[in-house]
Amino acid sequence: MSGLVRRVGLSLLGPVLAVLVALVISAAVIALIGENPVEAFRVMTDLGDSPSQQVQSIVVILNRAVPLFLSGLAVAVAFRMGLFNIGVEGQYRLATILAAAVGAAVVLPGPLHVLLIVVVAMVVGALWAGIVGVLKVTRGVSEVISSIMLNFIALGLASFLLTGPLRGSPPGASIVTTAEIPESGRVPSLNGLLTALGLATPRSGLYGFLVMALVVGVVVAVLLKRTRFGFDLRATGLSPSAATASGVDARGMVVKTMLISGAIAGLVGLPDLLGSQYDYGTEFTAGLGFLGIAVALLGRSSPLGIALAALLFAFLDRAALPLQFADIPSSVVTIIQGTIVLAVVIANEVAGRLALRSAERAGATAGPGPQTDGDDGVPPPTAPDGGQRVRTGAPGTPEDVQA
Amino acid sequence: MSTTAATRTGRPSRGPLTDLLTGGGRARRLLWLLVGLWVLFSLVRVLSGEQELTSSSTLSAALLLAVPIGLAALGGLWSERAGVVNIGLEGMMILGTWGAGWAGYQWGWVGAVVGGMVFGAAGGLLHAIATVTFGVDHVVSGVAINILAAGVVRFLSELLFTEGTGGGPTQSPSLASDPPSFSLPVLSSGPDLLSGLERQHWFLVSDLAGLLRGLTNGVGLLTLLAVLLVPVSYLLLWHTAFGLRLRSCGENPAAADSLGVPVYRLKYLAVVVSGALAGLGGVFLVFVAGIYREGQTGGRGFIGLAALIFGNWRPGGLAAGAGLFGFADALQLRSQTAVVALLLLIAVLLAVLAVHQAVRRRLLQAVIAGVFAVAALVGFLTIDRLPEGIVFFTPHLTTLLVLSLASQRLRMPKADGLVYRRGEH
Repeated sequence: MSGLVRRVGLSLLGPVLAVLVALVISAAVIALIGENPVEAFRVMTDLGDSPSQQVQSIVVILNRAVPLFLSGLAVAVAFRMGLFNIGVEGQYRLATILAAAVGAAVVLPGPLHVLLIVVVAMVVGALWAGIVGVLKVTRGVSEVISSIMLNFIALGLASFLLTGPLRGSPPGASIVTTAEIPESGRVPSLNGLLTALGLATPRSGLYGFLVMALVVGVVVAVLLKRTRFGFDLRATGLSPSAATASGVDARGMVVKTMLISGAIAGLVGLPDLLGSQYDYGTEFTAGLGFLGIAVALLGRSSPLGIALAALLFAFLDRAALPLQFADIPSSVVTIIQGTIVLAVVIANEVAGRLALRSAERAGATAGPGPQTDGDDGVPPPTAPDGGQRVRTGAPGTPEDVQA
Repeated sequence: MSTTAATRTGRPSRGPLTDLLTGGGRARRLLWLLVGLWVLFSLVRVLSGEQELTSSSTLSAALLLAVPIGLAALGGLWSERAGVVNIGLEGMMILGTWGAGWAGYQWGWVGAVVGGMVFGAAGGLLHAIATVTFGVDHVVSGVAINILAAGVVRFLSELLFTEGTGGGPTQSPSLASDPPSFSLPVLSSGPDLLSGLERQHWFLVSDLAGLLRGLTNGVGLLTLLAVLLVPVSYLLLWHTAFGLRLRSCGENPAAADSLGVPVYRLKYLAVVVSGALAGLGGVFLVFVAGIYREGQTGGRGFIGLAALIFGNWRPGGLAAGAGLFGFADALQLRSQTAVVALLLLIAVLLAVLAVHQAVRRRLLQAVIAGVFAVAALVGFLTIDRLPEGIVFFTPHLTTLLVLSLASQRLRMPKADGLVYRRGEH
């Protein structure tokens, strides 16, 4: 019983420790430049005075969190398999421009139109990520390097498509964009829902894609936890040799995982595209892919954790503007984000090691008990999540289990 | 020589020509490779009429672009040879550019070099603390450092490059002094004999003159230093006891530890040096522009990593990788039409590959290579100039293609990327 309490306590220790460390470091940074940290944190958490302002702030946070959540999911699916998909950035940019072009070129009845755009985005993302998988299994190219190179290639291709064949804005316009997606291809906002809940109507619309993101999150959670495929995927991530020995086709798994990861990555640009922009242009939201990596790390690769991490990052992003108004450098936000990620990965590692040690101690006091006793205590509380990936490559892991 | 001759006797002789081409060990093969490339480039230049392909200005631009990549790759070499994967090179390079900009506008170019290296080394130290002391996954820590570095430099710029300094939140004031540069007397300055030869556009001769002039005219101090650092790293890592110990940390840390090698300390040292080298790459970028600008690195840290892998975690190889990338980049910057000439080059290379495969009776591979060769040739004949967006990623595409052709023969340090905890293995 006390073992259970200890284990739960230790699994919470990581995130709590990380947030504390990040807060202290950020406060120190803010104090260093001669501003009052308490004042800065007050500015960041102040959502507005009137109810409509507060609702507006929450809508801004949610609208930012939706793409971050999808991006984090895309990275996490690959993560769980021990693959590092740095290419989400390129995957979503290429997918978004092609989806925008297709969406603008056809006219279909409402839901079908949106469905077509979504399918195009997912297919493009999946194919682009699939290149990484195929290169890895057939030619042994590290997925980290190939996805970085493909990022550059995708960005180049997107800029070529935008200024060339897919250009929709009139020549001479200051912002180059694709043609606008007609009404039938747009996702309506959820503001009606807000009003029905008795909240004030915000200035901007809450993305209807929020629902889609939730569905994707649930599907990914079920896929990872409740299907044979998900089991194989996680098993391959934890121990490739053990998975291969039990009959998992590791090469096929790499390609399939990259395809799924890429398909989700293809969705990343759609909330903005179908919810507020309606075309892809030079000003389209950039950097979501890289932030997704941070979100996935922070959420420890579990869908629920990623949702929380995406909300946290969106909250911090929203704070940039008020901070600027208060004459505090808004780059504090990026520093906080970077510090949180670094603190979280370190804290996970430390908490994992503490758990291991306490389990070992528990095993030692119990004497040379049965084999299962030791096995039971060994996996650190981080086991099901991204923190575990840290240990996957280590040849020490099998020995731990034998101990 | 004698060892290869000994192994050779077991096989039937393949004729004097084959022996001349493939015998004689590594040095001879490397020489033939270089000669082959020289002839190939010269041939393509003459056939396509693209003088930019081997002009001295393209080649000196290539050197300029290769140096920061090479420095980042050298940084990667130090860290990965000690068993620490360093995705954070990009972040350390960003820190280096900022450090160079900040120190450079106050204390001139010497200050910039020191400032950039110190900032890069600080990034390396952070990576070492996370990966060596806390055992965090190397890729994860590197990515976090990249995010953090971008935030830190923006923050510091907003803080320090404000009113009156001539800088702003995204750029520094210009450097107080420029670093010196050198030219080889007589050959590439003064009478400038090489330039005269180059302008004749003779087959082979002018290409060599262009190459030599590009490498010797107006070479910056840092370029010289960077080029020297390649053999220096090689000698240090492969021909000293210190280097052997450091590399043993990347191959089998537990065994090294049991023999009394201070694994943790060496890993720390290697990663800090790695950060300093990446920072030096950043300094070089600042020298080229004369100013620190946000986003100056443009992903060169990542490309450096690719060059390192392309070079099979060896100093000579990574220099070749950096050179290849620098050349492709210089070509796309200097002339959009010259990039099309690369298609002819690819066509010739693929045709050679097709013949080679056909001789070895691998018909499928031969046919595939042949088809792509014809496609490249058609591309060369029909495409006039490539659009800007496409030309931009020539170097990245080249890297990807080369990696996918060469990757299977690469061998990374055995314990690279694995977290080492004393007593846990």
